[in-house]
Amino acid sequence: MSNILVYIHAPAGAPTKGQRELLALAARLGQASAVLGGPADAAALASLGAAGATGFYAAAGGLDATGLIAPAVSLLEAAVRESGATAVLLPNTVEGREIAARTAVRLDAGVITDAIDVDADLTVTKPVLAGSYTVKAQVTRGPALITLKANSVELPEAAPAAGAPAPVHELELGETGPAARITATAPHTATGRPELSEARFVVAGGRGVDGDFGPVEDLADALGAAVGASRAATDAGWIDHSAQVGQTGTTVSPQLYISAGISGAIQQKAGMQTAKTIIAINKDPDAPVFEIADLGIVGDLAVVLPQAAAEIRRRKG
Amino acid sequence: MSQNTGTPLNILVLVKHVPDVQFDRHLSGPGQRLDRKDSVLSELDEYAIEAALALAEARGGDKAGNTVTAMTMGPEAAANAVKKSLQMGAAAGVHICDPALAGSDAGATSLALATAIKQLGGFDVVLTGMASTDAETSLVPAQLAERLGVAQLTNLSKLEIDPGTNTVTALRVGEDGAQSVEATLPVLISVTDQANEPRYPNFRGILAAKKKKITTLTLAQLGLAEEAVGAAGSATRVLSAAPRPPRAAGQVITDSGQAGIALVDFLADAKLI
Repeated sequence: MSNILVYIHAPAGAPTKGQRELLALAARLGQASAVLGGPADAAALASLGAAGATGFYAAAGGLDATGLIAPAVSLLEAAVRESGATAVLLPNTVEGREIAARTAVRLDAGVITDAIDVDADLTVTKPVLAGSYTVKAQVTRGPALITLKANSVELPEAAPAAGAPAPVHELELGETGPAARITATAPHTATGRPELSEARFVVAGGRGVDGDFGPVEDLADALGAAVGASRAATDAGWIDHSAQVGQTGTTVSPQLYISAGISGAIQQKAGMQTAKTIIAINKDPDAPVFEIADLGIVGDLAVVLPQAAAEIRRRKG
Repeated sequence: MSQNTGTPLNILVLVKHVPDVQFDRHLSGPGQRLDRKDSVLSELDEYAIEAALALAEARGGDKAGNTVTAMTMGPEAAANAVKKSLQMGAAAGVHICDPALAGSDAGATSLALATAIKQLGGFDVVLTGMASTDAETSLVPAQLAERLGVAQLTNLSKLEIDPGTNTVTALRVGEDGAQSVEATLPVLISVTDQANEPRYPNFRGILAAKKKKITTLTLAQLGLAEEAVGAAGSATRVLSAAPRPPRAAGQVITDSGQAGIALVDFLADAKLI
């Protein structure tokens, strides 16, 4: 059975949904082991084990947390060489892609980003050109380094942790080469809402919100959704840049995407095209977004969104 | 001079000529390659050019010996991306152009770029955009840092270089939040579209660009074998590509006071709530 490594960026007592998806996919492809990109306590190991990890790799003496990317690359390289892994799965984040990129150079291997599925023979399915094509691709040399988009893998029922967690293989990393230093981190302000990149539901606002994200946030909270925004809205300073969806922001593929006051120009469609269901609200009956919406509402978002939010709360009781 | 502008910097900025995202884009042919007509300078590269020009200007510009060179790799038309960079203010251009490069994945692309960068020698800063707007993989900047053996400072929304210590301090948009990061030269830097406001080429810049030199480099000049790049040198291959089935437009209703309720009915019918 082939060895599959999963890079776990920051192990915690409860793995993120994205981490559980990576481990579930790895377990489907072979023997899954987790590469620990940060300190992991017994609870983290147990929960990663319950999510599918049957082995662990960590840096002997811990991974230098102040080094940017380079220490993780050395760890992953060492873990691949030690395990003989045929594939490595990483999150499709900035860090995940860059760690994969550099590790691939060291191993003379190929990287495929934006995966939404991986077959048993390691054929990767991915959307390209803002979701307008679906491509199947393969790594032809070296272990396959694959970064997986969130919301791509159906999660199995949570299995109870089976006995003691698997042993941790400690790897000597040696010199990691020139690395930038992280001197401080200001965590994202907690909004209490789901992470945009992992959210099942997204409510996004554009130019049409005209400075007021209140109605968008109201409906998002009623639905338990993340808040997104078009570039026009973030450029106008109406909402933080981290909310931006699409080509130069976060790529999302939620089950439900509610687009409010977004016209749907080609590059805006990039942010919503891979959503399973799209609902669009726009004052302009000719807005291109209506060409791709499962339900289109020609109307004032400042009226429609609060009414929908109140109705959801009423039905939920 | 009272202002300490430090030693002059040699800055290389990488640019890419990509199909305009304002139009429909297509894959075709046996290798499912991107149709590259109607291409423009990748929008995200404009932020890299601006960052390069600003770093040079902060040190006293070209009068103080700072240089900004724009480099691209691609077919003949890709020289247009370099031309636009020269119009914005870059001093010289390099175009890696060879038919054998077609079909290169990120790994093969980074190999060709790194080989050229080493041959041209002596860059203190290599600057790129956060991603190309065609493949959008963001792999090339990190792979270049690895191949060049320099520190990487990627996804920056803000940066400056201390002239005394040659330390780059920057703000990075990371998974865990906003990170303050630093490294000493030489470095590879990629910037986001939040980093600056790119300048437009003005009339003087457009005229001046006509006199600037673009050096073309072939694989032979780089000393690279044809098999090291292109489809043969790539460690990935595309097996098939299918256009996404067009999303059928659904029902469109006009709000007459109850559309919010209709929205919730739709969600309930689709079992989303």
